[in-house]
Order: sequence, then structure tokens, then C-alpha cells
Amino acid sequence: MTTTSTPTPAAKAAGATADYLDQRTGIGVVVKTFARKIFPDHWSFLLGEIALYSFVTILISGVFLTMFFVPSMGETTYTGPWSSMQGVEMSQAFSSTLRLSFEVRGGLLMRQVHHWAALIFMAAIVTHMMRVFFTGAFRKPRELNWVVGFTLLILGMLAGFSGYSLPDDVLSGNGLRIADGVIKAVPLIGSYTSYFVFGGEFPGQELIPRLFTVHVLLIPALILALIGLHLLFVVLHKHTQYPGSGRTEKNVVGYPVLPVYAAKAGGFFFVVFGVIALMGATMSINAVWNYGPYDPSPVSAGAQPDWYMLFLEGSLRLMPGQAEFVTWGGYTVSANIIIPAMIVPGILFTMLAAYPFIEAAVTGDRREHHILDRPRNRPFRTAFGVSIVVAFFILALAGSNDLIATHFHLSINDITWAFRVLIFVGPWLSFVITKRICLGLQRKDRELVLHGHETGRIVRFASGEYIEVHKPLDAHERWLRVQHEAIRPLEIEPAEDSRGVRRKGYALDRMRQRVSQVFYEDRVEPVTPAELTASHSHGEHDALEADVHEPTQVGGGSHLVEPDAETGVEGRNPQI
Amino acid sequence: MKALAARRHDRRAPIVLLLLALLLTGGLYAVLAPTSADAAAAAPSASDIQTGEKLFQANCATCHGPSGAGTASGPSLIGVGAAAVNFQVGTGRMPAQQNGPQIEAKPVQFDDEQISQLGAFVASLGAGPAVPTEDQVDPSKGNSANGMALFRTNCAMCHNAVGAGGALSRGKFAPKLWETSPTHLYEAMLTGPQSMPVFSDTNLSPDEKRDIIAFISEQGDVAPGGLDLGSLGAVSEGLWAWIVGIGLLIGAAVWIGAKSS
Repeated sequence: MTTTSTPTPAAKAAGATADYLDQRTGIGVVVKTFARKIFPDHWSFLLGEIALYSFVTILISGVFLTMFFVPSMGETTYTGPWSSMQGVEMSQAFSSTLRLSFEVRGGLLMRQVHHWAALIFMAAIVTHMMRVFFTGAFRKPRELNWVVGFTLLILGMLAGFSGYSLPDDVLSGNGLRIADGVIKAVPLIGSYTSYFVFGGEFPGQELIPRLFTVHVLLIPALILALIGLHLLFVVLHKHTQYPGSGRTEKNVVGYPVLPVYAAKAGGFFFVVFGVIALMGATMSINAVWNYGPYDPSPVSAGAQPDWYMLFLEGSLRLMPGQAEFVTWGGYTVSANIIIPAMIVPGILFTMLAAYPFIEAAVTGDRREHHILDRPRNRPFRTAFGVSIVVAFFILALAGSNDLIATHFHLSINDITWAFRVLIFVGPWLSFVITKRICLGLQRKDRELVLHGHETGRIVRFASGEYIEVHKPLDAHERWLRVQHEAIRPLEIEPAEDSRGVRRKGYALDRMRQRVSQVFYEDRVEPVTPAELTASHSHGEHDALEADVHEPTQVGGGSHLVEPDAETGVEGRNPQI
Repeated sequence: MKALAARRHDRRAPIVLLLLALLLTGGLYAVLAPTSADAAAAAPSASDIQTGEKLFQANCATCHGPSGAGTASGPSLIGVGAAAVNFQVGTGRMPAQQNGPQIEAKPVQFDDEQISQLGAFVASLGAGPAVPTEDQVDPSKGNSANGMALFRTNCAMCHNAVGAGGALSRGKFAPKLWETSPTHLYEAMLTGPQSMPVFSDTNLSPDEKRDIIAFISEQGDVAPGGLDLGSLGAVSEGLWAWIVGIGLLIGAAVWIGAKSS
């Protein structure tokens, strides 16, 4: 056994290969940069990875499905093993889906993996988006990446819709019929567009091949390209991090990609794949043989789209039908479809996409932000986000109103009316409640910083006064609660100058101030060092607080040094 | 004790035990086996109608009137036939327990003989559909593929694509069909209880009704893809995607995230 560093043959070969590649591609620089790239560690930063990995799962299972699926509306007669379809006329698309499910080895598993992965993909996108929104990770320089992510959400919905329409069963046909109805409701161009899309009167002979191209080529290519862009932006901008001692706008505290983060991320792919495979193996999804081949006449009870389209179904279900009217000249305006299927989603999605720009404009903030906000410290944004989520949730529930009726033994008419009221009241109410909760949590933070943790120890003084002993926060706990800046409403110059001349541009400024007041008027300011000092020198029980304080304790189990500013404050405190 | 133990080793003991076991099994079978349908299909005797009338007066007349002609709180039963009685009483819907959006199925209150006696009395009030024969409702004789097509056009809009049930207006609902017996399915189509329309023999022929029964009997017990999640479609799938899928994955993310610090 030698102690010299003679490389093994395997290591030599690996080194030679790497050198060969590096000399021809210059990949060494890329690997060097990436391997040393630091990523902060937090579970909520893995939500986007769930979306990415479920998308990879969709690609893998989808390639398998294309080997057997026949995207054709040509008619055929079923002769496979499923008895209740024996001798039934159907399209080749539906027949090949049945063959894929019952005759191809592993076909049903792959179909179910593909569909569950799609549901998880969309759910992961939504949870990831919520994390980004509520922590303010969309602020400069990341606004464009928010728009890329938003586009991915829309593309994901289109991918899902075009995918579950492919088997050509009754349920998917019902969904396409709704799409056809929505297209036809567009004023002026509706009927023409519908004929263009379906290649004639619905359902026509063209749709399945067209959807197939959209589903397996167009949308996946766009999604892949945008995922690439999305990740490139993450690398360029560097990852955001949660506030904490030692974390600034100029650093990233975390682990390098190699080896820790790469191992974790690689392992997490298999966890995601495993969970989806487990669901595909044990839980039935989109049992198309239950619905039968598409025929435009039947619609079964409980016909609903996948969850991410359910808000649209709910919006349509809530709309009273009377809104349709005929204009002069005999043109029908289907406001009963235009409002729920275009205007309502239009408003919700536009607000979602535009929020980063709205907030930046209102705040007037041009700085870069890499430290995330705690949701409580931005009450307006948090409340606004919650109310959008609540609006979507109410619409999704309204889309399930028949199932709510049967499972809770309620009247479907009453439920529908309740949701008609809730869609207006719910978002507003949840806005008010969330804002109050945020302000309350901020006050709690102030209280903790100023007075410390309650210890439950009651002490009586010689004078007879009782007090409870409070234990001051350690430096890390305190930093977390005081690090954020309070955003105040814009202050503008007065309408008239000192000589009483009206100022140009005052009206615009006043309007901006009003909007800014809506965002930031209600606020709780973080504790300032001066307030902290003042609170620590009030009365004789300070001596007791000093007793129970343990300055060496470090919170959260992390091994971080105390921030300088904080030790400064502690140093100024005569009691410690 | 010793004598007993010695006799147990007798060569003939296994044979005696076997005979005893056979006797016991046969006896139990004779007592517990379901009676054949012949009894129900036999023409009702006058005494059946009389007993049925007594049962009717005691249990039904309050709402349906002493002569079965109906009152303000219950419809006339003249001409509804034995099939309607067999369905309503045989599924426990009648005698009704309480008012509500619709009268729901509950534990059956009468035995088969009493139900057929009640049916005989109501049938004697005026001609109506009779209880179908075993042959008419035998799922094995139906064509389930034709049943699927008929079910989709006639039944699925209320009862869901595979008969898992669905909502109707104002708290009424179309019930799940998987537990319903073939005879009751046939009678429901024939008599149209409560909100359900009547599917007369000119509308759906007896053979077509049997095809539908064959289709329904294939639902609910076989789910090729695993757990059927109630066969309720995309809403329950979405719910489980969030609960199981995102639940497990966020759990894993928290676990992986916690490993660092």
C-alpha cells in the first residue's frame, strides 16, 4: 500500500475524457462556475423543482404513449377485451386508448402516470407561484422571470386541456364542446374561428390530429424553451434567500451545487417520480372506458374538467343565463358566456401577471431585492394574493357544486346562489381578514422584540408589585423581526408653492399618493434601535431580566455569527 | 373420560363425523337458503290480497287513503301495479319516514312475503306493471355494450356515466346504482319513482332494460386502474392529486430542506 497519489486507471480515464471534452467544448469553465454556485436551502425553494421533475415524468411517460396512440378520428369497431365496448363504433383515437389501457403491457400504468404527473405539474406550479408571490420574490430584477413563469402556467393549462381531449371519449368531447361554445361566443369572429379550429362544424373530422400536434409538439417545445429561460434567469439573478442574520442583499448563504445540492436535487427527482408512479399504480384516473366513445348528444352527471380548469367550469356554472341579448341588426351577444369565460378569467389572470409591475410602480422602488419578504411584513400584497387564491378556490368549488350537493345533502340551487354571493364577498372579506392577521402578527413581533418571551415566572417585589419575568430575544431572533424596512406612503410636494401658485403635476402626484396609501397606509413599523434601548431601561425589574438572559444562545440550531449591528445594540444596553 | 378418548380412535369415527357434518350443512342450507322466485311469481291468492289489505290499512292508508285512492299527503296507488310496490317497499323507501326533498332508501321494514302480499293488494286496485321475472332481469343474459350505449343516452345525465349517482335540483338526487338489485333496477325503469321518468316498454324494450342492467352490474366491482376514487371523475382526482401527491411531495421537500441546517 502506497501513500503516493498515483491515480487509478479509472480516474485516469475519467480525467482524460474530461480533458478531451474541455479542449473541444470549453465546458470546464461552465462546470467550474456551476459547481461553485451557491444555492440557499429551504423546503419552499423545492416547490419549483417538483414542477420541473413532474414535467420530466410527463415527457418520459408521454413518449411511451405516442408509440401506441392513434391520433385519428377514423371510425372503427371495438373488438378488445373490455366487454361493455364490444362491437361499439368508435374513433381510432378512442379505440387505441382502450388498447393502450387493456392490451399494451404497462400501458394503463403509463397513461395514469402521465395524467397524475400532469395534475401534480399544475399543482406544483401553483404552489411555487404562491411561494414566489407571498415572499415578494418577483421584485426587481425578477419581474420578467415572473412573467415567464406565468406563461408556463398558461401553457401548462393548455397542455392539460389538449391532452385530456385526445382520447375522444364523452367527457373530453364535452370539454371540447364548451371550448367550441366559448369560441363561438366571441363577438364578430366567433363562428368563423370555430369553423377554422374544428375544420368545419363541431366536432368535424380534423380536431384530434390537430390537437395531437399541439399537444405533443407545439406546447411541449414552448414549455421546454421557457423552462430553459426560467432556469437561466435563476442562474443570472442568483437565488433569493429568506431574511436572517448574516444574509444580505449582496451575498447568498447556502451550499454549492456540487456535491450537496446536486445530490439533493437529483434524489428529489426520484422522490417525485416515485410518488407519481405510486399514484399511477394504485389510483385510477380518467377511466375513459367509463364514458364511452364521443357522441355529441349525451352529457353525464358529474362531468367536470381537470382541477386546473375547474375555475372556468365554476365561472360558467355561476353565470345566470339571462345575460344573453340580441342587438339591433339581429346579432346575438352571448354575455352569459363572454363574462364568465373571458372577462372573469381575464381579470384574475391579468392581475396575477401584472402584479409585480403594479407594485413596483406604486412603491416607486427601483432597487434590486434578493432578501425575501416575510408575508406578514407586506400586508397589502399578502392580502391581495390571498384574495386571488380565494377567488379561484370559490370558482373551483362552484364547478363542483353538484358533488357538494350530493355529498353534503344540500340543495344545488342554494349552493349556486351562495357561491354567486361569495364570489363577490369572499375575496374582499379574505383581503380584510388577511390584512388584519398580518398587522396583528407584526404587532406580535414588535411586542416580542420590545419585551421578550414570556417565561411564566411571576415575581413579587418588596413593594407588593407583581411582574412576570420576560426573557429577551437573542440576536438572531431579534434580527429576523427588525430587519425589514417599513414602506411608507409616498410623500408629495404641496399643491401650491410658498407664493400660492398652483404646482404643475400635482393632480398626478396626488393620485399616485392615493394608490400608495391604499397599499401602505396601514402598517406596523419595525422596532428601531432607539425604541429597543428605551424599552430595556424602564424600571427596577430590568435586573431580573438580565438574570435570565443568556447571550450565548444561538437560535434555530444554525451556526451563524451574530450580526454586527445587533451586538452593537446589545453593547449599548447597560443592563446586559 | 378415558372411554371417550378410546372411542375417538375407533376406525368408524371419521365416517360418523362426516355424516354428522353433512347432515348439519344440509339442514342449515334448507333453513337459510333463499327461497326460489317461483313463490313470488305465482299468481296471488285471495288470502294474499286480504293479508295485503290488512298490511296496507295498518301501514300505508294514513297517506294513501283507506282505498288507496290517495290523499293530500300521498298519491293515488290505483294502477301503479305490484312493480311499484315491490320497488318502493323493497328498497325501504316506503313506508316513508319523513318529508324531505325526496324519500330516501332505508332498511327494509317488511319481509318478502309481506311485500308481495302488499303488491297483490295494490295490483288488485287497478291493472299496473307486474314484478319482472328472474329471466327478465338476469344480467348474464343482457348485452352490456348495448346497455352502455342506452345508459349513456337515457340515464347518465342524472346517474353519472357509470351509475355512481348525481345531483338534481333543490336537494334531490339520482342515487348510486351499484348496490341496487336487478329486479329493483328494472322496476325503477318501468315505474319511474319520484323524480325519475317512466321508461315504458315502448320506450326501452324489456330486452333493452336487461342490457342496461347488464351494464350496471359490471360497474363498481372492477376498477382496472386501482382505487376508483368514487368514480366521480376529475374533481375527486384533483382533490387526491393535492392531498396525496402534493401532500407527500411537500412532506419530502420539508424533509430534504431540514437536512441542511
